[in-house]
Amino acid sequence: MRTLRACVLAVRLFAIVLSASIITARIAAAADPMGFDEARHLLNRTSFAANVEDIQAFAALTRTQAVDQLLAWTATTKVSTPAPAWVNEFESPRRLRGLSEEERKLALRAQAENGAELRSWWLTEMLTTRSPLTEKMVLFWHNHFVSSLQKVRSPVLMYRQNLLLRKHALGYFGDMLHEVSKDPAMVVYLDNASNRKAQPNENFAREVMELFTLGEGNYVEHDIKEAARAFTGWSIDLDTGQFLSRPLIHDDGVKTVLGRSGNFDGDAVLDILLAQPQTAEFIVRKLWREFVSPVPDAAEVKRIGRMFRENRYNIKVALRALLTSDAFFAPANRASLIKSPVELIVGTLRQFRFETGDVIPFVFVSRQLGQDLFAPPNVKGWPGGEAWINSATLLQRKQLLERLFRGQEMRQPAVAMNSQTTDNTKGVATAANEARQRVARALMEINFDGAKWLSQFGHSDPMLAKVVLATEPAAMPGGIVPGDDRLRQLVLDPAYQLK
Amino acid sequence: MERRDFITVLGAGTVAAWCPGLARAAPTGQYEKLLILIELKGGNDGLNTVVPYADAEYYNQRPRLAVARDRVLQLDSRSGLHPALEPLMPLWQNRELAIVQGVGYPAANLSHFRSIEIWDTASGSNEYLSDGWLTRAFAGAPVPRSFAADAVIVGSNEMGPLAGAGTRALALASTQQFLRQARLAGATGASTNPALNHILKVERDIAGAAAGLNAGYEFRSEFPVTALGNAMKTAAQVIASKAGVAAVRVTHGGFDTHTGQQNTQQRLLKELADGVSAMRSALQEIGRWDTSLLMTYSEFGRRPRENQSRGTDHGTANAHFVLGGRVKGGLYGAPPALTRLDGNGNLPFAVDFRDVYACALEKWWGISSVAALNGRFRPLDILQT
Repeated sequence: MRTLRACVLAVRLFAIVLSASIITARIAAAADPMGFDEARHLLNRTSFAANVEDIQAFAALTRTQAVDQLLAWTATTKVSTPAPAWVNEFESPRRLRGLSEEERKLALRAQAENGAELRSWWLTEMLTTRSPLTEKMVLFWHNHFVSSLQKVRSPVLMYRQNLLLRKHALGYFGDMLHEVSKDPAMVVYLDNASNRKAQPNENFAREVMELFTLGEGNYVEHDIKEAARAFTGWSIDLDTGQFLSRPLIHDDGVKTVLGRSGNFDGDAVLDILLAQPQTAEFIVRKLWREFVSPVPDAAEVKRIGRMFRENRYNIKVALRALLTSDAFFAPANRASLIKSPVELIVGTLRQFRFETGDVIPFVFVSRQLGQDLFAPPNVKGWPGGEAWINSATLLQRKQLLERLFRGQEMRQPAVAMNSQTTDNTKGVATAANEARQRVARALMEINFDGAKWLSQFGHSDPMLAKVVLATEPAAMPGGIVPGDDRLRQLVLDPAYQLK
Repeated sequence: MERRDFITVLGAGTVAAWCPGLARAAPTGQYEKLLILIELKGGNDGLNTVVPYADAEYYNQRPRLAVARDRVLQLDSRSGLHPALEPLMPLWQNRELAIVQGVGYPAANLSHFRSIEIWDTASGSNEYLSDGWLTRAFAGAPVPRSFAADAVIVGSNEMGPLAGAGTRALALASTQQFLRQARLAGATGASTNPALNHILKVERDIAGAAAGLNAGYEFRSEFPVTALGNAMKTAAQVIASKAGVAAVRVTHGGFDTHTGQQNTQQRLLKELADGVSAMRSALQEIGRWDTSLLMTYSEFGRRPRENQSRGTDHGTANAHFVLGGRVKGGLYGAPPALTRLDGNGNLPFAVDFRDVYACALEKWWGISSVAALNGRFRPLDILQT
């Protein structure tokens, strides 16, 4: 968003030209500039957090202009973070089998390290991207088309899947569904690699209906059994890690899925699923819970779902409709969502312009807070919402924030104390110590200039609170405290957990 | 990097002063009876835990991994414990240890995540429930507000059987650390915003628990210096607090022994037996052994046939332990039916895990189990009346 102000200026000029001809007749609220509060809300939901100057720039735009601008940026964004060095080196699981116990351990350790690097890569991109909305959408689809390193094992395949989700994140849902279904990580994750004519494995067929398209209640067990037959043979080449269709184990018989019969292959079944209105509504409901509020509005879901399907499942169309809707801006829906661990971490680091080096501590913190990137807990993904917050995770969130805002000098004792803690359980010690030292070094690289950041507010405390919190502070024991402590007070407020 | 490492990173701070031992008043009502769940995370190999040493098929399936007949701790003419479980033998002899064999459920799922979710939510194989079974139990029969919390999860962030919003469940790694961190919470009030209200509720739960817990109870009993030993010690300190809890869950991890099972499981079982034994002694010390029920659980057992890496793969039915001063010691369920394996080479189950839960709910606490277990199950008859 670094070029945001220049772009916004261009949009405003454009808007002035337009307003002379078309817009003048319209007096609806949606055609007026959004103003500060709506701009903050929009940016907060679509980015990880909003900066003052971004909010001010967007405040002058109408809702539609603002959303179109955010969507336009998504199109032009390429990953700026360099990919890990190993992303083209797929390691066949066959190789592991031939190894000695010792070699195997080393190989597994390298795999774990690559997994950590993969998580760092994505987190870095989230921290530095010019289009946070792109990353939010990639994360959304990661939590929709779930695959996990826990089962897939190969960081290379998970990296490729991330690129695939990225390619379609704001493209066409149908295209994404077809490609994800043949994505090697997915083929492994949902066992389609072992789905063969003689022994169908229904895992993918079940989840594609229940979790990826229709949602529960819109199909019966028989549909799953039949669809599973259609997906037989969609497999993976264990040497290259590429998708491989194996005609010999594909079931060529006639299948009946959702009332339609034919010699379907997997693609044909996916098209049948896409033809159901429930699919569009299922996705819109999920987008609603991500961007608007925990409780989707049935009528709006129907309306936007229809638009979505009629526009060939253009994700931008659905997102645009959601983000410009009255429901999105309704006061009751502001601050109604709980930040995910990634949103909390990335949002905090971005909003307050923390300087960071190695982001590995945040990868671990995110996992500790319940969101391990590339490893959602199961095929349903992170449940999110209130489930993010329990006594342990809330205290850990607060402790993270307190530590971040306590400043450099306070991190040192933590590091020193930490390095004294040695793991005495034999061989683990070295690896754990290395990791610990890396975290310790990374912690020392974190910098935050509180005074500088606060200076943009002059002496306006209400403005400061409005930028930091999505709603009124919930707790103010002892009143407002001055200076840097005020920031700590705000981020430790329960309201800071909301977006 | 291990989870506990970065816990240390976050948790290392100034050592705050805490107040030692305030007087303890034992809780009352049905929840004066305590339930302690011990999760054996990763899927413990039940066959090498409770060994069918008289079954030739066992030695067929396990040419390299079987526990030799002369090494098992014999329980009866055909079952024996893994030698590392020696510290449990006094409990067995005292008839305080019930061993339930063949625990599982229909249409077993072999994924760690899904199967533990099934166990935690007490659901059927194709049924997705979001609340934990204890959460549902406490919703029907609330734990008194005077308790520090409904339940405490030690050493894990996963709420498991206590997942869901309704319950006052507390997750902590150590009581000292919790009390130190708890000062960061304590916002008061309520809100019409449900999300904010949830956070405020958790803040209140934290503050309430912090007021009711004291870290300082000094046990004479010694706890082993292992992760599980520390968790047991933390659990015991919670239990010894002035305001108690109804349930505790501790997690003992590392049982996913696909390779080199022998040494790993040997160590884990020894840690388990030492931990349980220390807990028993601590509970006896504070007069709670007769009002405590300990139960192990695990997402699944392991496949009878050993694999090529001197390990075992994900399986189904499993053996579990139920212990306590009021337990009717003995062997329950059915020994592993090694000649009746399913198409994947896995064991049939003999006892639904929800029958074990039903025992805790109905026979131990005397509360209804229907809503908690999403159906009617037959409570095991393994407790003294």
